[in-house]
Amino acid sequence: MTTADLIGKIIQVVGGLAIFAAIVGLLFFFLDKAPKRGKDWIQLLVFLAPAFILVFLGLIYPAVRTSLLAFTNNKGDFNGLDNFIWMFTQPAILNTLLNTVIWVLLVPTISTAVGLAYAVFIDKSKGEKIYKALVFMPMAISMVGAGIIWKFVYDYRQAGSEQIGLLNQIVVWFGGEPVQWLQSSPINTFLLIVVMIWIQTGFAMVVLSAAIKAVPTEQLEAAEIDGTNAWERFTNVTLPGIRGSLVVVITTISIATLKVFDIVRTMTAGNFDTSVIANEMYTQAFRAAEPGRGSALALVLFVLVLPIVIYNIRLMQKQREIR
Amino acid sequence: MSTTPIVPTTTDTQTGDQLSKGGDIEVGTKSRRVKRRLTSRGATFAALIIAVIWTIPTFGLFISSFRPAELIQSTGWWTIFQNPGFTLDNYQEVLLSSSQSSPQLGSYFVNSLAIAIPGTVFPLILGAMAAYAFAWMKFKGSNWLFILIFALQIVPLQMALLPVLQMFTTFLRPLQNTLHDVIPMIPEQNYLPVWIAHTMFGLPLIIFLLHNFISEIPGEVIEAARVDGASPGQIFFRIVLPLALPAIASVAIFQFLWVWNDLLVALIFSGGTQDVAPLTQRLAELTGTRGQDWQRLTAAAFVSLIVPLIVFFSLQRYFVRGLLAGATKG
Repeated sequence: MTTADLIGKIIQVVGGLAIFAAIVGLLFFFLDKAPKRGKDWIQLLVFLAPAFILVFLGLIYPAVRTSLLAFTNNKGDFNGLDNFIWMFTQPAILNTLLNTVIWVLLVPTISTAVGLAYAVFIDKSKGEKIYKALVFMPMAISMVGAGIIWKFVYDYRQAGSEQIGLLNQIVVWFGGEPVQWLQSSPINTFLLIVVMIWIQTGFAMVVLSAAIKAVPTEQLEAAEIDGTNAWERFTNVTLPGIRGSLVVVITTISIATLKVFDIVRTMTAGNFDTSVIANEMYTQAFRAAEPGRGSALALVLFVLVLPIVIYNIRLMQKQREIR
Repeated sequence: MSTTPIVPTTTDTQTGDQLSKGGDIEVGTKSRRVKRRLTSRGATFAALIIAVIWTIPTFGLFISSFRPAELIQSTGWWTIFQNPGFTLDNYQEVLLSSSQSSPQLGSYFVNSLAIAIPGTVFPLILGAMAAYAFAWMKFKGSNWLFILIFALQIVPLQMALLPVLQMFTTFLRPLQNTLHDVIPMIPEQNYLPVWIAHTMFGLPLIIFLLHNFISEIPGEVIEAARVDGASPGQIFFRIVLPLALPAIASVAIFQFLWVWNDLLVALIFSGGTQDVAPLTQRLAELTGTRGQDWQRLTAAAFVSLIVPLIVFFSLQRYFVRGLLAGATKG
């Protein structure tokens, strides 16, 4: 990077922010100068129109257009259900769909289970904050960074030479042969899933930990006086008390998992039978010049996410009403 | 002085009560106490194992980033005590080296910042304005419109990418070229598309989150300001924004990290050159083309992690709040 480049970049950022401020300032200036009659209407327009125009151009119109594109071929002509027939007949794409199902079955269940167990174990223990920070940390970093971290764990060196990847070293310590993990299907899909679990467990843990703390201590004490053991107290008092949060955690992680892209892109780029819908959508639409097929995959993704999100929103609203 | 003697007396009566209650209760509490300590010891042990498993991958990468290249390539990082070695060369090389083969992360780091700061400020201001309108201005169809924007959160980014890209090439491209002609220092490939994309995709969630908070501002405050003759702009910038500051901080941190960590939007709208592409895109590229250069990858990964980690450890409270609120974005 030369100094000129850097100055160019600084000019862009400062200039961009200044122009933005000027536009907003100008809007408010005209609002103040506006005639009294119809002022309410102009005020509404000033506050609402910029956001609405951007949302319309960036999401509403594109979503409609993508839905239409899903029924066209790569020249833009209508081709009926061909893209969907292609999707469900190509072995490679079927494998992609199957992988997505495996992801969405494993990630939410395992991360929620581990996150819950961890939240219970560290509850009221010494150093709870540090314990929490350690497991929550992966949530802060990018999935690209997480992908590199785990790629290093899975690294492979030929048998006989010293391993630099931790997983293969453990295999060697137990007397096994090192494996090219990321190239070996189907284990590689599960190893990518591990990365997502590693990230999402922290989320589950933080939400569930807060829920556990909200369970009334009187109930727990009453159960204790009745002579129940710790496990019975957990299943009969704590679990029913945090059911709402559990569902929110599972649905939220399911949505995130359905859309997973960065991990697959960074670690295998979807090769070796590891592709998922979001990655395949990118490959088809932006690499293979097949916008119709890419759009069809995006539409499938949307249809899969839709019921979970609606359920999630309903539930959150209900909880808010109770509170 | 007067409180100190009371404390021991109460403890004394308590212990006296307990003692007078008889032997078997005391035995019961003792065994229970032992039992509890055992289970909590098991739990602590299990928690410790999980914490270690969760930390080791990052730790290994961190250690490796300070090891000389030959050592990284020939020995595992866990043998650091048998094969000691410490160097800052890896960081020096990924950040500062100008040789063609080096990752040259310096300029990508600048790009990440240059994308993330406006990518947070723009949607936050516009979102707060819209949220204020939804919360405090009565108009026909207000509910309907709010639900529509709220519902947009569920549209996966994938649904929007292609048409937005087509739109940008038709309408934004000429503007960028003119900009380059007027100010040659600004490259033809500039930040504008990425900023706009992040603003558009961030708005629905930001409007929704801020609306909840802004609608709880006491109406008397806003009414009083209006009576005192404050203009709508003054009310918004001097009263509403400062009062909503805690919520804005959480949402801002969430949006900033989301943009900083994003790969998908960058891949599609940045063009991939050193002029615009952020760290994540460069890293993804490096893992593809130089997947075995671990001395570079380890250091490069940490350069990209450092900003989120600082935000995470210094602003954890806001961070957790923002993250929990926005977990479904994307």
